[in-house]
Amino acid sequence: MVMGDLVREVDVAVVGGGPGGYSAAFRCAELGLETVVVDAGRRLGGACLWEGCIPSKALLHVSAVLGEVERAKEFGVDFGEPRIALDALRKWKAERVVGKLARGLAGVAKAKGVEIVGGRGVFEESRALRVEGDEPQKIRFKHAVVATGSAPSPLPGAALASDRVMDSTGALELSDLPERLLVIGGGYIGLELGQVYTALGSKVTLVEMTDGLLPGVDRDLVQPLARHCEKLFVKIRLGTKVTSLHEQGLQIEARFGEGDTVAFDRVLVAVGRRPVSAELGLETTRVRPDAHGFVAVDERCHTADPRIWAVGDVTGEPMLAHRAMRQGKVAAEAIAGRPAAFDTVVVPAVVFTDPEVAWCGLTESQALREGRRVRIAKFQWAASGRAATLGRSDGLTKLIADADTGRVLGVGIVGPGAGELIAEGALAVEAALTAEDLAMTIHTHPTLSETLMEAAETLLRPT
Amino acid sequence: MSRPFTLPDLGEGLTEAEIVKVLVQEGDRVQEDAPLLEVETDKATVEIPSPVTGRVAKVHVQPGQTVKVGAVLVTFEEEAGGRGSTPPLGTTLARSAPPAPDVVSAGQHTLESTAAAPARGSGPVAATPATRRLARELGVDIHTVRGTGQGGRVSDDDIRAAAGGRPPASAQPAAQPGAPEQPATRKPLAPVGAEAPALPRFEQWGAVERQPLSHLRRTIAERMTLSATLVPHVTHFDRADITELDAIIRRNVEPARQRGVTLTLTSFLLKAAALALREHPQFNASLDPAAGELILKRYCHLGVAVATDRGLIVPVIRDVDKKPLIELQGELAALAQRVRDGKATLEDLRGGTFTVTNIGALGGTGAVPIINYPEVAILGAARARQEPVVLDGRIVPRVLLPLSLTFDHRVADGADGARFAAAIVRRLERPEQLLLEW
Repeated sequence: MVMGDLVREVDVAVVGGGPGGYSAAFRCAELGLETVVVDAGRRLGGACLWEGCIPSKALLHVSAVLGEVERAKEFGVDFGEPRIALDALRKWKAERVVGKLARGLAGVAKAKGVEIVGGRGVFEESRALRVEGDEPQKIRFKHAVVATGSAPSPLPGAALASDRVMDSTGALELSDLPERLLVIGGGYIGLELGQVYTALGSKVTLVEMTDGLLPGVDRDLVQPLARHCEKLFVKIRLGTKVTSLHEQGLQIEARFGEGDTVAFDRVLVAVGRRPVSAELGLETTRVRPDAHGFVAVDERCHTADPRIWAVGDVTGEPMLAHRAMRQGKVAAEAIAGRPAAFDTVVVPAVVFTDPEVAWCGLTESQALREGRRVRIAKFQWAASGRAATLGRSDGLTKLIADADTGRVLGVGIVGPGAGELIAEGALAVEAALTAEDLAMTIHTHPTLSETLMEAAETLLRPT
Repeated sequence: MSRPFTLPDLGEGLTEAEIVKVLVQEGDRVQEDAPLLEVETDKATVEIPSPVTGRVAKVHVQPGQTVKVGAVLVTFEEEAGGRGSTPPLGTTLARSAPPAPDVVSAGQHTLESTAAAPARGSGPVAATPATRRLARELGVDIHTVRGTGQGGRVSDDDIRAAAGGRPPASAQPAAQPGAPEQPATRKPLAPVGAEAPALPRFEQWGAVERQPLSHLRRTIAERMTLSATLVPHVTHFDRADITELDAIIRRNVEPARQRGVTLTLTSFLLKAAALALREHPQFNASLDPAAGELILKRYCHLGVAVATDRGLIVPVIRDVDKKPLIELQGELAALAQRVRDGKATLEDLRGGTFTVTNIGALGGTGAVPIINYPEVAILGAARARQEPVVLDGRIVPRVLLPLSLTFDHRVADGADGARFAAAIVRRLERPEQLLLEW
C-alpha cells in the first residue's frame, strides 16, 4: 500500500446491498459495530428490490387484477376490454413501488448509521478490500460479509446477444409488449413472467426441458397451475430443449430440439440463477468457491476464512431473499460474539402465479423417495366455503406429518393466497407443532386458512 | 508439542484486559502473527497476534470475560516452522508457569459445553426456534436433551434443566484450570433511570487502580441510586436539648452495665422516633405509586444503620414502640454485634418501616442521609455537644443534639416534616415522656 492512500477502517464491511447484505449491516450496526456496505449501485435492496421479487410482484398484482376482471364475467360483471397504459404502469412500478421501498431502506440505513459506499468491492487480503468505481478507496475491516447474491444464468449452448433476448431483469423493465413471446424455462421465474406478459396481451409459448413445470414440486400442487397455464399460454412444450436462437430481422427464430423452428418477437431466458463469486478477489483470502461458484459456510455463516462471512444466494440453494435476510442476522450476531446459528428447519418457497403455489419443509415426493414414515392429509378446496365464494375451488392444502408423533414436517398449498397461507405452515414446521395443534386452533370462518385446520383434522381420525 | 499462550504483559501497569472477540476457533490452523483475539484494556482495544504457526487445540476464553496478565488464552499444537521458543509480545513466560497439557484437557468438557458449538446430530429437533436459541445461549447441545413433551418435544424447562441453572454463555466466565488466577467478570450495576455517560480515561492524568466492587458495595450502590433517583428527598433540620437525657444516661450507665447492657443515646432515639411515629403515621409508611395509595404500617419496626468494615448494613428491631428501653438497648447491642460478625440473618435485615442513623460517634455537625427505600423517612443524628444557650436571659451550657429528618416529599410536606421532627425533639427534651407513654 502506498503512503497517502485513503484507508478506511471499519468493524464490518458488507459486500453487496441486497436483502442478505442489508440485514447483516443493520444488525451489525444495532450491535454497535461500525459497518459499511459496498454496493455497485450505491443502493440497498439488491436484485430483490430492483430487478426481482418486488417489481415482479408489482406486475403480478396487475396480472391478478386483470385475471379477476376476466373472471368477474362469470359473476355477471363485465368491465369491458382493459386498456393498459404501459408508461403509467412502468412509472407506478418504478416510483410508487420500488422507489418508495428504496427510500425506506436508505432511511433505515441512515438511522442506524450504516454507510453505503458506491463501487465494486474486491478483496485484497483477508483484512482489506478495494472499492473500484464511483468512490474508489481501501477499506480495512475486522470482518467482512460476502453478500454478492446471484445473477440470471445464460441459456446453455444457445446464448444469443440480442436486445430481443431478455433475462428476468430485462423482462421486468417492460420496454415493450411483444406480440409473440418465448419463455425458456418452466420454473417460477418463467411461469410468473409468462403470466405477466400474457395478462398484458402477449401470446406466450413456454418451453421446459424436463417433463413438467416447477421441477421438484409435488405434482398435485403443480397440476392446478399447469391447467391454468395451458389455458393462458399459446403452447407449453415440455421435455423440450431450445437448441439454437437466431436473430432474423425483427424476430428471433428458436429451434426446438432437433425439430421445428418457430419465430418470436422476444425471448425470455429463465433457466435459473448462478452465484456471483468471481472477480471478487476471493483468491486473496482463504475463501474458495466450489465448482458452481457457491461459497461454503457453516451454521454461523462463517467461511473458511476467520474474518470472512457469507450470506444469501452466494452460499447456495434455495436462493431466496428471506433465507438471505435470516442468514444476514445470524452472521451479524456471530460477528458480535453472540451464540447465533442458522438452525432454521424450513425456508418456505412461493410461486406468485395464478394460482399461487407454496410449500415448506418435507415434500410428499421427498418423503416417498426417502421412505419416511409419514401420514399425508390433503384437503381439496372444493369443500371450502371461502373458496366457493371466491369462485376458486381448484386449490389444495396438503400436510405431511410424522406417522408416529403427528409432528408436521411439511406443508404444500396451491390456490389463490397460498403465498400468505404458507406462513402458518412454516410456523408449524419450524416450531415442531403437531397436526393436533393445528386442528385444535380455531381458524376464522370462512377463510382459506381453515383448509390447514381441516387437513390437520383428517389426520386425527382413526386410520 | 502443545503449548499454552498466556495474556502477555500489556505494559503501562495494566494488569487485566477484557476479551472482546475471539478470532479463531478450536481446530483452526493459524499463521504466526495472524490475529488471535481482540482484547480491550482500560486504554485501548488491542489485537493479539499468534506467537506461532500451529493448530489451535483449545480456546480458554470467551468474549466478555476479563482476564489477568498471565492467564491462559489459547493452547496451541505447534507445527514445524514456528518460532517455538520466542516469547510473544515481550511476555515473560517464565513468570507464569504454563499449565501441564493434561490439566488443561481436564477442564475440556466445561469449556465445550459453554461454547456456541454448532448443533450436532441429524434431523430437526422438536423445539421452537426460541427454545433452540435458549439452548445456544445456555451452551446446551439441544440434540442431547431429552424432551419431556408430547412426541419428545423439548421445552424451555428441559433446556434449563439440562443447563443445571447455568448462567447464559455470554455472561459466564470459562473455567480456567491451571491459570494463575480466576478471571474476574465485570458486571454493570443495575441501571436506574438516566444512564451515566462514559467515563474519561483517567490514566491520561496519572496512574489509577481499578477495584472490583464487593457484593455489599454493589448492593448499597444500587439501592442508594434507586432511592436518590426515584424519591424526591427533602430534609428538615432541628436540634434537641438533651441536657436532661444526657444526665439520665450518665446516671444509669453503671446500673445498666451491671445488667450486661451498655446504655447509648441510640436506643432513646429509637424510642422517641417510634413514639412520634404514632402521631405521624404517614412517616411509618410506603408509597405505592402504581396504585396511587399510601400503605400505612400498623407495626413499628425500626432500622438502625450499622457501619461495618464491609460497608453499611441496616438491621431491623421489631416493635420498637412496645418494648421497654432496657430491652431495646440489649436487643440493639446484640443485633449490631451479629451484623458486625457477618452473622445477621435475612430476618434481621428486612421488614423495617423507618430508619435511624446515628453518626455522632464519628463527629460532625450534621448529615443528610438517603432514605432507605421503600421507607419514606430517615432520622439522622450528629454528635451531641455542650453549647452556650440563652435561657431566661442567661447564657447557660446545654447539651444539644443536631438532628435531620429526611423524608419523601411525595408523601409529606415540609410542615408535616417539621411537626414530626418537633414530636421527636419534644420526647428527647422531656425524657419522662419516653416512660410515661409506655
